[in-house]
Amino acid sequence: MHKENTGDAPSAPTPRVLHHRKRNFDAVAGAGKPNGSHLLVNDKSKYKSFLIRAYSTVWMIGGFALIVYLGHLYITAMVVVLQIFMARELFNLLRRTHEDKQLPGFRLLNWHFFFTAMLFVYGRILSQRLVNTVTPDKVLYRLVTSLIKYHMAICYSLYISGFVWFILTLKKKMYKYQFSQYAWTHMILIVVFTQSSFTVANIFEGIFWFLLPASLIVINDIFAYICGFFFGRTPLIKLSPKKTWEGFIGASITTMISAFLLANIMGRFLWLTCPREDLSTGWLQCDPGPLFKQETHALPGWISNWVRLDTVQYWNSYTSNLHCFLNGKRRFTLQLPWKEISVLPDFGDSIPGHGGITDRMDCQMVMAVFAYIYHQSFVVPQSLSVDKLLDQIITSLTLEEQQALFTKLGQMLQEVIGS
Amino acid sequence: MEEESNVTSSPSTRLRHRKRSSTTEAVLDGNPSPLLVNDQNKYKSFMVRTYSTIWMIGGFVMVVYMGHLYITAMVLVIQIFMAKELFNLLRKAPEDKCLPGIKHLNWHFFFTAMLFVYGRILSQRLANTVTADQFLYRLAKMGHDPLLSSDTLIEYIAGFMWFILTLKKKMYKYQFGQYAWTHMILIVVFTQSSFTVANIFEGIFWFLLPASLIIINDIFAYIFGFFFGRTPLIKLSPKKTWEGFVGASVTTIISAFFLANIMGRFPWLTCPRQDLSTGWLQCDADPLFKPEPFTLPAWIPGWFPWKEMEVLPVQWHALCLGLFASIIAPFGGFFASGFKRAFKIKDFGDSIPGHGGITDRMDCQMVMAVFAYIYLQSFIVSQSVSVDKILDQILTNLTLEEQQALFTRLGQMIGYS
Repeated sequence: MHKENTGDAPSAPTPRVLHHRKRNFDAVAGAGKPNGSHLLVNDKSKYKSFLIRAYSTVWMIGGFALIVYLGHLYITAMVVVLQIFMARELFNLLRRTHEDKQLPGFRLLNWHFFFTAMLFVYGRILSQRLVNTVTPDKVLYRLVTSLIKYHMAICYSLYISGFVWFILTLKKKMYKYQFSQYAWTHMILIVVFTQSSFTVANIFEGIFWFLLPASLIVINDIFAYICGFFFGRTPLIKLSPKKTWEGFIGASITTMISAFLLANIMGRFLWLTCPREDLSTGWLQCDPGPLFKQETHALPGWISNWVRLDTVQYWNSYTSNLHCFLNGKRRFTLQLPWKEISVLPDFGDSIPGHGGITDRMDCQMVMAVFAYIYHQSFVVPQSLSVDKLLDQIITSLTLEEQQALFTKLGQMLQEVIGS
Repeated sequence: MEEESNVTSSPSTRLRHRKRSSTTEAVLDGNPSPLLVNDQNKYKSFMVRTYSTIWMIGGFVMVVYMGHLYITAMVLVIQIFMAKELFNLLRKAPEDKCLPGIKHLNWHFFFTAMLFVYGRILSQRLANTVTADQFLYRLAKMGHDPLLSSDTLIEYIAGFMWFILTLKKKMYKYQFGQYAWTHMILIVVFTQSSFTVANIFEGIFWFLLPASLIIINDIFAYIFGFFFGRTPLIKLSPKKTWEGFVGASVTTIISAFFLANIMGRFPWLTCPRQDLSTGWLQCDADPLFKPEPFTLPAWIPGWFPWKEMEVLPVQWHALCLGLFASIIAPFGGFFASGFKRAFKIKDFGDSIPGHGGITDRMDCQMVMAVFAYIYLQSFIVSQSVSVDKILDQILTNLTLEEQQALFTRLGQMIGYS
């Protein structure tokens, strides 16, 4: 799987490349051809493209592994970069140059909203960690807490100024185009930022929660391709003529097994399993939590040995696989309709031979959201009230008040424990 | 202004609409100067609108009197009507015949959004109400996730998959367009209504004051335009004039100041509601609503009757709200006008006879509700929080382990660890 260093971009680059490979064939062989048997199995030139893709895959995996090694902050930076590229591709998608010439500054509006969304989303996710980073410095601490306090107001003012700007630039006879662009911008930003915010939230819970879902998507794609390559006969869905049931089922089984094993491998590294509480880049120490401690499970009688397993593997593999399973369908269907609508072979051309970033990201988006929700619901002990109160404390109290609260709370707890 | 229930549709919208109708007629007649001052029929429509305004104000006042829960119920009802109007707006009948179930998909997403938004807002209060019953309490706590609750997302994913599975060849563009349109509608409708409901539970004052300001702004923009309007304001709405705009702004800001004083005297309006009961409210008056003496600055001329006034601190905040209501909120109306021109629609619907649809009433209120919420959260709620209050919350809401966890994290944060 070509894990592009799309950084933490939740899109697993790898599956994308495979996707794209399949899509290219579709576009070339399938466009307008009523022939239903243009399955990969029957394609003669498939071996050649296979090698080309494998080569770039290896490069991308290498780059990705490097970024993962470097750490949370770098992965997040890559997510941001990928987001920017994705947004750019998508902004350009339905733009019509003719209208655009008459509307100077309209493209700038898109980026204004992009910046506002960025500030809003990352401000919320990283506020706690930002506070932890500036703890030693009192002045910065005050600055940061007041920024967090007024974070929503700042983002809202930016949004409203964009809104007013939009209204003031409405030109007669261009209304429909401008309103469509406005709605399109919002949709794009929602899609891009939802998934990337979940990805970043996952990363800071522990790289494991980003790496595992991403890898699963990649594995799913690779094996769907391989199984389709060798065994594919029955078409899966009208939207993607080259997908086959054989590929789909084979990939699902493989993914489930790999999830189980991958979780074991990844769970051994503290670097991957520890949550990051601040924005530093150094080494991590933590108590990994019961999820990553080894337990012994006696396998049913027909397997003679006992095998040590991490608890997390069970749950994660089942649900992640179910999701990949469901994802499989969605992925393909997301891509093709867009292509038909805009009569475009790809979302963009950032990656030579592979189309654009969005081509790479479509499946990972859904997976990132699922991974986050799963993690929050079933893995993390619910400490919502604590988080909420801490938020309130950060935003509403001054430093002196926080210290006073700390002292008082300490005293009360001492009394309770002592009594 | 027919204050439609809590719906932020302010009569101002209606007035705007009144102006728009006349504009359309005037424009069709080829009349080059469609300003209200020159319209002969204006007095007749003025009487008709005033009559319905009075009825709507009456109804609104009654709902406010009945309380938070009823106001919220009205907001919900209005939301449903608004969503229905907007869903229907860009639907094309021939395509729809080929796609059975597309309406159901829209309502599925509507229901998901409802679950998400109201689950979050009301869960805490629901928890407070049903504390007596353990099972219901746990049920209420289920949806209490700060970012997104899993059940809501499962619903959404289900809807997403349904959408993908119903994609039909040659209808892709229409279906994707409808999907995007549904999302935009739901975002617009639910953002403002969720903020409105959140405002209501902070104290009816924080819903009533912004809504009234928008209404007042509209009424006076109309009146000033009626008598003095000469200079057109913006190409999007040919009947709006600079005189109306400026006159209304000044009036709105002044009324904000005085309205806040009047409204701030009633605990029914100023007390926050902690649960979902409907009985009478008692609470400690927030310092924001306690009168303080205020000496007018020296530059006020001698003939001014008052040298000292009793001012509620909240009145200064009301000035900010008034400023926003008069300057920025009308852009909501411009947006709606532009949107209608873009898609060649006369009105968003026809629910209200003679006034168009619910959305026509709501366009300005939506912008105002969001601003009121953010203003409230950023500048007002945080000021009223004290060390003791938070300590109280910690002791009552958290278990011992959670308290210790909080203590440790707080220590780390402020550098004491």
